[in-house]
Amino acid sequence: MRRPRWMAAVVMPLATALVITSCGGDESGDDGDGSGANNSKNETGEITVFGTEPERPLVPGDTTETGGGKIVDAMFTGLVDYDPVSGEPRNAHADEITPSEGGKVMTFKLKEGWTFHDGSAVTAKSYVDAWNYTAYGPNGQQGASFFAQVAGFDQVNLPDPDGPEGPKPAPTPPAKTMTGLEAVDDLTLKVTFTQPHPIFRVKLGYPAFSPLPESFFKDKAAYEAKPVGNGPWKFISRVPEQEVVVERYDDYKGEDKGKIKTVRFTFPESADAAYAAVKGNQLDFLDTIPPSGLAGNIWQTDLEGRSGSAEILSLQAIAFPLYDPKYANADFRKAISMAIDRETITKTIFEGNRKPVDGYAVPKVPGWTDGACGDLCKFNPDEAKRLFEASNFSGRLEITSNADGGHKEWIEAACGSIKNTLGLDCVFVPVQTFGEVREKINAREMTQVYRSGWLADYPLVENFLNPIYRTGGSSNDNGYSNPAVDAKLAEADSAPTEEEAYELYHEAEEMIAEDMPAVPLWNTPAQYGWSTKVKNVRMTPDRELDLSYVEIA
Amino acid sequence: MGRYVLRRLLQLIPVFVGTTFLIYVLVWAVPGDPFAGMCGERRCEPGFIQMMTEKYNMDENIVVQYFLYLGNLLQGDFGTTFSGLSVGELIELRYPVSVQLALVAVGIEAVIGLAAGILTGLYGRGFLDNLVLVATLFLISIPVFVTGFVLQILMGFELEWFPPVVGTDPSFYDLLLPGFVLGSLSMAYVSRLTRTSIAENTRADYMRTALAKGQPKRRIVGVHLLRNSAIPVLTFLGTDLGSLMGGAIVTEGIFGIPGVGGLVYEAILQKEGVTVTGVVVLLVIVFLLMNLIIDLLYAVLDPRIRYD
Amino acid sequence: MTDPTIATQQADAGGAYVTALEHAEPTTGQPGRPGKPRSLWSDAWRDLRRRPLFIIAVVVILFLTVVALFPQWFTSVDPNHRDLTRSRQPPSGDAWFGYDVQGQDIYARVVYGTRWSLLVGVAGSLLTVLIGGTIGLLAGYFGGWLDGLLSRVGEVFSGLPFVLGGIVILNAFRSTGVDSALALVGMVVLALALLTWPISMRIIRSAAISAKQQDYVKAARALGASPWRIIFRHMLPNCLAPVLVYATILLGSFIAIEATLSFLGIGLRDPAVSWGVMISDSRNYIRVAPHLLLFPAGILTLTVLAFVMLGDAVRDALDPKLR
Repeated sequence: MRRPRWMAAVVMPLATALVITSCGGDESGDDGDGSGANNSKNETGEITVFGTEPERPLVPGDTTETGGGKIVDAMFTGLVDYDPVSGEPRNAHADEITPSEGGKVMTFKLKEGWTFHDGSAVTAKSYVDAWNYTAYGPNGQQGASFFAQVAGFDQVNLPDPDGPEGPKPAPTPPAKTMTGLEAVDDLTLKVTFTQPHPIFRVKLGYPAFSPLPESFFKDKAAYEAKPVGNGPWKFISRVPEQEVVVERYDDYKGEDKGKIKTVRFTFPESADAAYAAVKGNQLDFLDTIPPSGLAGNIWQTDLEGRSGSAEILSLQAIAFPLYDPKYANADFRKAISMAIDRETITKTIFEGNRKPVDGYAVPKVPGWTDGACGDLCKFNPDEAKRLFEASNFSGRLEITSNADGGHKEWIEAACGSIKNTLGLDCVFVPVQTFGEVREKINAREMTQVYRSGWLADYPLVENFLNPIYRTGGSSNDNGYSNPAVDAKLAEADSAPTEEEAYELYHEAEEMIAEDMPAVPLWNTPAQYGWSTKVKNVRMTPDRELDLSYVEIA
Repeated sequence: MGRYVLRRLLQLIPVFVGTTFLIYVLVWAVPGDPFAGMCGERRCEPGFIQMMTEKYNMDENIVVQYFLYLGNLLQGDFGTTFSGLSVGELIELRYPVSVQLALVAVGIEAVIGLAAGILTGLYGRGFLDNLVLVATLFLISIPVFVTGFVLQILMGFELEWFPPVVGTDPSFYDLLLPGFVLGSLSMAYVSRLTRTSIAENTRADYMRTALAKGQPKRRIVGVHLLRNSAIPVLTFLGTDLGSLMGGAIVTEGIFGIPGVGGLVYEAILQKEGVTVTGVVVLLVIVFLLMNLIIDLLYAVLDPRIRYD
Repeated sequence: MTDPTIATQQADAGGAYVTALEHAEPTTGQPGRPGKPRSLWSDAWRDLRRRPLFIIAVVVILFLTVVALFPQWFTSVDPNHRDLTRSRQPPSGDAWFGYDVQGQDIYARVVYGTRWSLLVGVAGSLLTVLIGGTIGLLAGYFGGWLDGLLSRVGEVFSGLPFVLGGIVILNAFRSTGVDSALALVGMVVLALALLTWPISMRIIRSAAISAKQQDYVKAARALGASPWRIIFRHMLPNCLAPVLVYATILLGSFIAIEATLSFLGIGLRDPAVSWGVMISDSRNYIRVAPHLLLFPAGILTLTVLAFVMLGDAVRDALDPKLR
């Protein structure tokens, strides 16, 4: 009965702007029924797509959760977007991207003739204004920190003076615009960084980097009532907590133009309700088969011939709060890892819909090879027991998570596995909301082992390691710090070739596994289903329906 | 009569203030930072927390917060949710669905419950009576979500007689199954209440009088017995409608009905005091007004009762 | 939500009973019957002994009490032992009720869960009657502004939709530090009592108002007895009957409501594994392994049925109108 909030409980995935291959437009004619009939159905066709209520108004710089993310993705196209099949970044509105010598400046040449849905032109200024708005602290935009590497960010966004809990008002930043952003002319954008930042290009597909129309800055209330984007789909209407309707934008110049006319994002009361609706052809696409459908794999018979499973950039793990001396012993942490029977749990609890991982990223990431964790991530009762006894851990083990995300079953199974192997009393401590768990983690007051799901922002192994395991990383929540790992990661970041970088990241992973700050468990592929009304259904690596590819059957 | 109504309405005021304050404080006391969970697996931007805190007066003392809220409420402003939606608009969208569901539920329980009650009341004592007694006790004993799941799977998934879930704009037929689930408990009460009421009235003096006067049996039962027995049943149905309109969190959840129940449930978890209080205020007022109407109706139906 | 209707209806039932009692009180001697006048209770007892439903209910409840107190007599299996290799296996000779998702023996869990489900029911209805009874007696005896105030407070609490109020209260009071079974039960009991006391208050209040007019109270007052003495020595015993009937039915419905709260994720949880928790855990597997739901739900229904039947029979026996 709840919203599947766990989908929002992982970091916002990379944005898609749904690039299609150049031949994509012709594919509808490939099947025998005759393209004429198909095209006419598409011309007026409408599909309903499962969604969740956006948590913030549909402003791209303020959208970092999946519910609003999939709508904002459809309505906006930035400089770069991601290939819906491979997830590779590719130029969208950017025609040419030229990093300067040394990498401190990046110049973007924009394609001509792109317009917002209100007809105004998308210019370099649209980007500069939007980005400055997002980064400016007092505007309170959720995506502000994505601009942290741009020169002048520290002048528009001041750190909170008194810690996250502080009641003191933050001082007003001295500047309203970042010095690093410059609209050279209508179609040239120049970005200067404080440090060389070559990977900026890859991040650009994220919604926070979208342009905003002039009208947004004139009247924000009017914009929120009827958002204006520049992407393949234009906003038509919104009913709070029920639906958002978008329609194909015919003047769209990008390659990922849709084939069907209308997309209706509906927000069913629960994933269970949505599942029943897909089964009964009342809903055309569902990106998450709920646990009740996965049980016994009945989804495969309920939705025979109209369901699939796709790897996404997501990893499930449990993390130790290392600032708590209780968990200081690495042998103990390794013992826990080796006491969890990943094979059996994925087979019984998940019915084989998850696959154990043997490292700190997932196979969908380009250039990543598993095995970094080695024997430490294999079920080994004898070795686990030996290490556990050497660690002198006393008391009981508590694993916590938000209760509403369908995590109870596997955490209890993991606990059962730990208890049976080590004789250590292990319990699942549910917390009502994800927010409460985050609050404790943010304040570094967590005393229990906690679930730590990670959905990568962009398809780079770097994104699975730097933010989480590097000292001071943006999501380094458990206080893990190992100078040798930091050095190795820095070395990998600046490696001359991709192959060498992947090699170095793998070595860093091996070093992390030796410390076992978090226990990697399994990847979490997305199971999805669709109605008999649609065809050409496929899911992008960030768990969204490929709107440019789908057609009416 | 007029003075009685006025007094009852005046009594609503302290109840209204008390309820809103109680709910506001309780939601405020729900542990957790409401915004911490809105930023995924990382810390929120300080600017974001700052802006939200100020916008929702979270930096004020709870009593100040409450009176700021009450002030707005009295001007008809229900406030906005954390995602920037108008609470008033949400209620407008969702409340009618809950009311429809409640009406269907009360309709079902009235038809089935009254039929069973009248049958056993008139022709009671025997196998039929015991069957109805055990069946109603059984219905009372099953938790509503078990009834809901079992019927949803049986009627919705396996037999496919009814849609297993209900969409945003439900038809009467869509609401039949959830209405039955929601009304099942009260249905049992209605049938028992009817039976008891008929059994009591059968022995009433006016019945004997009517019989002695030589009135035909059909007229005695139809006019005197059923009409008088209906009074407690009708008042019960009225009260029940009032409380069922309070949103059926469990039933709405199982059948995916977009009513106020789900809205409030989500809002509590999000610590959205504005939404919770707004909806609950409405529900409590409807409930209390419904009770008032029933009391007045009672006086109309039963001339022996006079309010002054 | 349907749960508040239990409350409302029981209020009605209780109320109806009170009026019946008012009529009955002066004629307790039962004119027309020879022999010494019998008390209401002994009369009721004679009636009850002849009711088969009452006998069945009492036997079931006594049996459940023994199970709750000594679960080890009924199973030697550890209810918390997990073994994924037997996950969701159907009932067999080894495990009469089969195994759940985690491979735990459902029969053993049902046996050990009896304790928590019954505890919620018993403690919840006791606390409800205690709070409601005290306030009701005070309001009924003193009347005036105190009555007005307490009645308004009661309306505030009874106006809250039941499950909704439960969610708010349990969320507000819960703290993640609470993990002992008794503390968990305590929270649920407290929430239930806070939301239902106004009904028992109304029942007692009207009983107290009518008792106040009775001669024995007037006599006690004339003799100079203090208000407290009058309330506790004279009025309380005479107001108790209606609320006790109500409490029996309430006990059954509390057991069912606890299941609903657990289903919503705010009721009991490990280590206080009640039947409600088991039912809630089974929700995703109903279509593939119905025995996960059916056994705990069946036992729960049986238990609630026993208490409701008991209360029902006692009410009928005490109500002279229906005799």
